[in-house]
Amino acid sequence: MEKPESDSAARIPAPARAAVSWRPTATVERLRLRAELLARTRAFFAERGVMEVETPMLLPTVPVEKHIHPIPALPEGTHERPRFLHASPEAAMKRLLAAGCGAIYQFARVFRAGEWGRLHNPEFTMLEWYRPGWDDQLLMRETAQLADQLLDCGPATMLSYRELFLEHAGFDPLLIESGQLKKLAAALPAPPAGNPGRDGLLDLFLVQKVEPALQTRGGALIVHGYPPSQAAMARIDPGPPPTARRFELYVHGVELANGYWELTNPVEQEERLNQANRQRVKEGLAPMPMDDKFLTALEAGLPSCAGVALGFDRLVMLAAGAASLSEVMAFDWERA
Amino acid sequence: MADVLTHNQLRIGTRVEVDNLPWVIVDADFVKPGKGQAFTKIRIKNLLDGRVIERTFKSSDTVNKADVVDKEMQFLYSDGEFWHFMEPATYEQAALNKAQVGDSVHWMKEQSTFYVTLWAGKAITVTPPPFVILTITQCEPGERGNTVTGATKPATTETGAVVKVPLFVNEGERVKVDTRTGEYVERAKE
Repeated sequence: MEKPESDSAARIPAPARAAVSWRPTATVERLRLRAELLARTRAFFAERGVMEVETPMLLPTVPVEKHIHPIPALPEGTHERPRFLHASPEAAMKRLLAAGCGAIYQFARVFRAGEWGRLHNPEFTMLEWYRPGWDDQLLMRETAQLADQLLDCGPATMLSYRELFLEHAGFDPLLIESGQLKKLAAALPAPPAGNPGRDGLLDLFLVQKVEPALQTRGGALIVHGYPPSQAAMARIDPGPPPTARRFELYVHGVELANGYWELTNPVEQEERLNQANRQRVKEGLAPMPMDDKFLTALEAGLPSCAGVALGFDRLVMLAAGAASLSEVMAFDWERA
Repeated sequence: MADVLTHNQLRIGTRVEVDNLPWVIVDADFVKPGKGQAFTKIRIKNLLDGRVIERTFKSSDTVNKADVVDKEMQFLYSDGEFWHFMEPATYEQAALNKAQVGDSVHWMKEQSTFYVTLWAGKAITVTPPPFVILTITQCEPGERGNTVTGATKPATTETGAVVKVPLFVNEGERVKVDTRTGEYVERAKE
């Protein structure tokens, strides 16, 4: 480690400061629209008797999920163990549900390492809510209603993941043989350089074939019935073929919300967390400590419920007619 | 040992090796469907023939940096088939054919310095400096004092390139030209 030259950090020389980008990445007008949409969302839930809650952002452990990398925080000047900035408020909100709090929602600032692009910012605002006693069908309807109220995008069309792929990719994503899928992927506009695995290949078709078609089509669309391997905390329909009770809301081709009919079985939940941890180890990462508080809450009894998480920055982006998240965030990742 | 890049180091302008050929990244896009893997989709332009393709890399993929260097070299002469360059310090020489020289041919003035791109030691393409100073060899006579904004006339330079210049510019004068746009910038100061 380099020793600091003096006890205070030096500023850059004054003439170079003209090049410092300190200004917001969103216009004040768009920040005002953002504030308005926050208020209207709160009104939407107040009318329906859903309670706003706040849960900790810094946790001793967070539930492991494939492909989501949390950001650790190291408390300075203490002997405390490292904590993690949460990547989703899901575990804490389910503990509230298990404690009998009823329907709840949260505007959570969440953090995911490495996710930075036109539609991604490593720190973003997630609107997450849970409906005890509901299943995914009921929650799909409410999610579409909220989007329609805020974006005026009209009622949502319902299509299964399978139907979408049959129409826009030309094959059955649940039944296609993996070798055949690999062969088809080689002919994509941007074929994979390595082998991203079965779900990775399906994701490539989703991004390169299905989503462009959804952009052209416009409006609101709910996709349901995902492959079971693509839903960490959803219940599984046995089929055949089996599908996850997961849904996604797309508006004008932008993926806006992801919902589950929530898994309540603690044994199966623990197995899925272990599976995701094995994946971490395979990628050369340390296993995440097991979230005992979350699993014990599930053992005590998570009421049957449906839950959904909506990318609030993306919603503001659509409402503003902006092309990227940067344009609707006060300061994006590079300007933060 | 080639330099290795990870998917989040794939930026516009970076030169990479794909299918054993050298390419430059012209566009890079981070994509990650909900619950899915992170991918970087890149559009790459082939440094040999200019064709453009797309590829997708997942987070654990690595990409080799292309074994490509740019050398400042002096243009010596053309024999009609090849354009010959030399690095003044080492006398190292390189020859490029017509296709490799491409549009840079418009700015080929003997003794001028160019950037010759070498891939695995072989010259593959040449880039002119952003600005060159050329003598006007042919144009309509100048209208003294005519500085009407925007009014131009075609002028042929010593390298054969035709550049639109303001009306007051005369034959035999030296002008500064932007090689990226092919546009006149100003009269060269002596």
